[in-house]
Amino acid sequence: MDILVCAKRVPDTAENEIEIKADGADIERDDLVYSVNEADNYAVEAALQIAACTGGKVTVVTVGGEEDEEILRREMAMGANGGVLLTDDAFRDSDGRGIAAVLKAFVETGHYDLILTGVQADDGCAQVGGMLAAMLDYPFASLVTSIEVVEGGKLKIAREVEGGNKEIHAIDLPCVLSIQTGINEPRYVGMRGIRQVASIPIPRLGAPDLACALAMTGKGNAKVQRSRYFTPPAGKAAEILEGSRDEVIEKLIDLLKAKGGLN
Amino acid sequence: MPRIFAYVVHNSGVPDDTAAEMPAAARRIDPGQSPVAIVTGWGAELDQVCESLRATYGEIWKIAREPLAHPNAELVRQALVRVVPAGSIVLVPHAHFGTDLSPGLAIKLDAAYVPDVVDMEGVEGRWLKAVRQEFGGLIWARVRCDISTGAVLNIRPGAFRAADGAAANGRVVDRSADVGTLESRRRYLETIAAESGDIDITREPVLVSVGRGIGEQENIAVAEDLAEAMGAAVSCSRPVVDAKWMDKSRQVGSSGKTVRPKVYIACGISGSFQHLAGLKGNPFLVAINKNLKAPIFRVADVGIVDDILEFLPAMAERVREETAVGGKTRRKS
Ligand SMILES: Cc1cc2nc3c(=O)[nH]c(=O)nc-3n(C[C@H](O)[C@H](O)[C@H](O)COP(=O)(O)OP(=O)(O)OC[C@H]3O[C@@H](n4cnc5c(N)ncnc54)[C@H](O)[C@@H]3O)c2cc1C
Ligand SMILES: Nc1ncnc2c1ncn2[C@@H]1O[C@H](COP(=O)(O)O)[C@@H](O)[C@H]1O
Repeated sequence: MDILVCAKRVPDTAENEIEIKADGADIERDDLVYSVNEADNYAVEAALQIAACTGGKVTVVTVGGEEDEEILRREMAMGANGGVLLTDDAFRDSDGRGIAAVLKAFVETGHYDLILTGVQADDGCAQVGGMLAAMLDYPFASLVTSIEVVEGGKLKIAREVEGGNKEIHAIDLPCVLSIQTGINEPRYVGMRGIRQVASIPIPRLGAPDLACALAMTGKGNAKVQRSRYFTPPAGKAAEILEGSRDEVIEKLIDLLKAKGGLN
Repeated sequence: MPRIFAYVVHNSGVPDDTAAEMPAAARRIDPGQSPVAIVTGWGAELDQVCESLRATYGEIWKIAREPLAHPNAELVRQALVRVVPAGSIVLVPHAHFGTDLSPGLAIKLDAAYVPDVVDMEGVEGRWLKAVRQEFGGLIWARVRCDISTGAVLNIRPGAFRAADGAAANGRVVDRSADVGTLESRRRYLETIAAESGDIDITREPVLVSVGRGIGEQENIAVAEDLAEAMGAAVSCSRPVVDAKWMDKSRQVGSSGKTVRPKVYIACGISGSFQHLAGLKGNPFLVAINKNLKAPIFRVADVGIVDDILEFLPAMAERVREETAVGGKTRRKS
């Protein structure tokens, strides 16, 4: 089974303080540490596990700029057979629909039995997978937490719903699934693994190759545009306990006694 | 101004809380409009839902079809595409079903899509102004959305306060015959209930809850130690379960358990809405986090800005002294 995984490079919230630029137009991007979006890493692992059983190739694709190539290499170091960078000035500042349109155009240049995305990008909207499926007229399921290949070009999948319950569905191939974090344990990638794939060429496709997407890409075609970032309005704020650690602990113990947290 | 519809999610014959919130959201788009509810399903449960919606909606479109008896967003999407007029605004609760339904619905309606909307600020020309959050609620963004071909807006549960207005005494319109054949290459098979774990965190009065800030599996012992000293139980946020550091039965949140403790101590938890959705009953909420900007400090009663790996052991030690002293005093009296 040939599998395509869509992945995005995002600022890593565990490694950075995310600050807004003075004019609100963007976040401060100097010195940001980026990584592959968390859910996408789980999606690549899921694809590798399926391909290990059924045979077939795993390809990782991203829509972005030159700087995004590093995540393709990272996922190739995990075991993906290839990476493709979809890059063009015309794709810049697209909304989720524009990104999905570029991915759709790419999917139609090849043949994939299964397409995986992450549930949501840290700076995204949990939309690209569902949009891509609708554009391709493929069946779709979101929040997938297990995948089993069954006979006759079908999958049996679990999707997570409220309260940790699971909905089980049968879904025909080809289809698009958005993968939820926790579905597996993504394998570790060391520096050595990255070095091993450093010289593999990564093909680039742009507007001439993916022309049918152009009606939806770019800022001009975006139906949804970010006007500005801002700091949230003051809400009910916590009373911050001040003082040395010992003083804070004394205060907390008194409060917990009063509230029934300590007897 | 386009017509506004509200897709109502329901369970066991009862509309979800968001059913009462969507009219409030609609008023933030157009103060003059009360939205039309759309409900899909099958059987007596669906009729019960329609009946109870008559209190909050002036008009309710009922789509009763057997294939809609079980959750399958693919089929619901087909049905909606056939009845929703072009150019409409459709509100959907931003939860597990909405995530499945809305992106594809927006494409098929050729409408704009904005997920997880926490506020709206009216319409200017063809642009609707909405507020969202990014990076787990760390920063907020104003977005504008071109509604000239309609929009699908996923509404954050709890973000819009339900108005307790006068009874609408709505009328139910049966649109079941207008959706044609419903077919999907995805078929619902069954729902499997979450497994229960060694302890039931939903019954615990005091929870020490750990998040990704705990860093690694070995460090969970630090929280367990404090919990033991306090006579409390340990719960956690989702990344801790994803990493397989704790059992799923300990997870608090929309895809985990809903807990109602008296006291909740959030340690290295940022305070995402999915996590807070599992925290009910207005507990005394203590947040310990090294980042003063963490959204959890916006909802906590008491905040402590510190490193949990240092704070929790010190706290455990102090609690043990306290309970030992307390024990002595009790024996004396
Ligand atoms: C459909 C869906 C369902 C979901 N369901 C749930 C759910 O049921 N429950 C849930 O919890 N999440 C759920 N999530 C995930 C949710 O969106 C957040 O990603 C998650 O809650 C974040 O967990 P966290 O706060 O532990 O981690 P983070 O957001 O990474 O926060 C870690 C925090 O720890 C702090 N920190 C780091 N180190 C230290 C230290 N040494 N000392 C003190 N503080 C420190 C950081 O400042 C940060 O604020 C769901 C997501 C989706 C898409
Ligand atoms: N620029 C992109 N290139 C490739 N895949 C993407 C891109 N943006 C989003 N995706 C995929 O779509 C998923 C959901 O993203 P989003 O809808 O932006 O939250 C991500 O987890 C990725 O798998």
